[in-house]
Amino acid sequence: MLPAITADKLTKRFGDFTAVNQISFEVKKGEIFGFLGANGAGKTTAIRMLNGLSRPTSGQATVAGFDVYRNTEKIKRRIGYMSQKFSLYEDLTVRENIQFYGGIYGLPLKDIRHQMKQLLANLGMESYARTLVKSLPLGWRQKLAFSIAIMHRPEIVFLDEPTGGVDPITRRQFWEMIYKEANEGMTIFVTTHYMDEAEYCGRVSIMVDGRIAALDTPKALKEQFHADSMNDVFLNLTRPGRQHA
Amino acid sequence: MRTILFIIRKEFLQIFRNKVMLALIFLMPIIQLIILAHAADYEVKNINLHIVDHDLSQYSQRLISKFQASKNFILIGSSFTNQAAFDEIQKGEADLFLEIPVDFQRNLLRDKKAGLQLSVDAVNGVKAGLANAYATAIIQDFNAEIRAEAAGPAASQASLTIASSNWFNPELNYFTFMVPGILVLLVTLVGMFLSGMNIVKEKEIGTIEQINVTPIRKYQFIVGKLLPFWIIANIELAIGLTVGWLVFDIPFVGSLWLVFGFAAIYLLVVLGIGLFISTVTETQQQAMFIAWFFLIIFILMSGLFTPIESMPPWAQEITRFNPVAYFVEVMRMVLLKGSGVMDIQRHILVMLSYAMVVNGLAVWNYRKTS
Repeated sequence: MLPAITADKLTKRFGDFTAVNQISFEVKKGEIFGFLGANGAGKTTAIRMLNGLSRPTSGQATVAGFDVYRNTEKIKRRIGYMSQKFSLYEDLTVRENIQFYGGIYGLPLKDIRHQMKQLLANLGMESYARTLVKSLPLGWRQKLAFSIAIMHRPEIVFLDEPTGGVDPITRRQFWEMIYKEANEGMTIFVTTHYMDEAEYCGRVSIMVDGRIAALDTPKALKEQFHADSMNDVFLNLTRPGRQHA
Repeated sequence: MRTILFIIRKEFLQIFRNKVMLALIFLMPIIQLIILAHAADYEVKNINLHIVDHDLSQYSQRLISKFQASKNFILIGSSFTNQAAFDEIQKGEADLFLEIPVDFQRNLLRDKKAGLQLSVDAVNGVKAGLANAYATAIIQDFNAEIRAEAAGPAASQASLTIASSNWFNPELNYFTFMVPGILVLLVTLVGMFLSGMNIVKEKEIGTIEQINVTPIRKYQFIVGKLLPFWIIANIELAIGLTVGWLVFDIPFVGSLWLVFGFAAIYLLVVLGIGLFISTVTETQQQAMFIAWFFLIIFILMSGLFTPIESMPPWAQEITRFNPVAYFVEVMRMVLLKGSGVMDIQRHILVMLSYAMVVNGLAVWNYRKTS
């Protein structure tokens, strides 16, 4: 089976600054792949190169089997993306946001109607369909944004810190949603800096200063670094003064 | 096509949800039209006149009453020293003063000639020139009168009179002249600001990322952004013309279809420039400054306030790239003179090419991948 994502020495430089420095990895289909790192480690830049928003400086990568240099538009048909910045229109209602994104992904009207019903039922938001998004609590908005990002049933979904600023209960619910989609075969590429969330991932890569410092299952990483939790693994890797090969 | 419709629907939802914007788009231009049409008047009335009469004779009184009878002048004061008159001008109270010297009447009667002094505040050159011309005309009129009296009726000389007739705007009505032009400016302002702020606003709030990660085509995005504002600007033009007709009695000599047909192409140019600005900038503030830069040049060089023919040759060359100048001219030609398609075919061709270039640039410069 072809991997969902491959990256080979993928690099992005902005002038003198190297945001992402020769990262290489593979993500299997249906895998929940965690992308960990401190703020500014290069997680978002890496995601933006994979989903076609940013052209890599060098290196190779494929997403859903397509090259990130030549076939960005084909990739865009097969992926979903939930950016770190809030990406729904706050001055539109829940319903209007669903219709708009369904529409520009080219879903037939019938499908949009059907999806809308299902999506609102799953989120328990039936009575908020006509509420402006700006008046929803953050946790609800994030769950809605995720549901809209996967409305067109992408093969791979990129989630950039989807649970930032969200309460623990909602984060839990959010991860249940992620698990449900992964079980149905969707590949999940998720960045976070909550170390407890790292435990939920199939495999985790830890980025430090634009490089991948470690990549394995949470269990193997904990053994490798003789740590009790992912938190300790992370601190071990990112502790000031520590040098990486 | 379907994708474009979804974008248009979304833009309209957002515009109509924002009640403040709605008022700005539809109410403000109408208020501006009514105010500006009354204010933008080249005729100089109400020139404040100060008189220094050293003579205090019958003739000086006659001259003063001729000034008082003129609708162009308001006599705001008189004094007996030039210093007092200068002070009035310095304070901005008086626009000009007329000095009638001692022995004005005596010199006129005895020597058949006398001097008068007119001092004009020329800070505003246009106003000063006109004030000077009006005052000179009144003095000449006065001069002719007393010469006729002195020589007696028999001696009236043959003189040449010129009868002029004003075509297309026979009463030289400034509303007729200004309102179509002001309307062009208002539609342009609203159109360029709406489109110029639009894409960059999505950049600021971050929703553009979400659009760029979809398989949407660049032209679909630009067309979807352009059409809502195109429709709004056309409606705005229709409202403005209605106000012009009801309030200012603007004659519609030519075809309204032609006006709207031309406006349709013209608006593609204006909105295209706006969208292009939106694609090159990162914040609404930047977009606003760039839009203003172009608008100020376009408006001041549109031929609305100063005739293009009286600009230096290099400036006239620049106006050939000014879309506003074309529309102002077409509005006046069609509405006031009744010009037809053939008369404005050059304007149409230029606008069509302009529209293709700027919208092409906007699509080309809009980047889904940075």
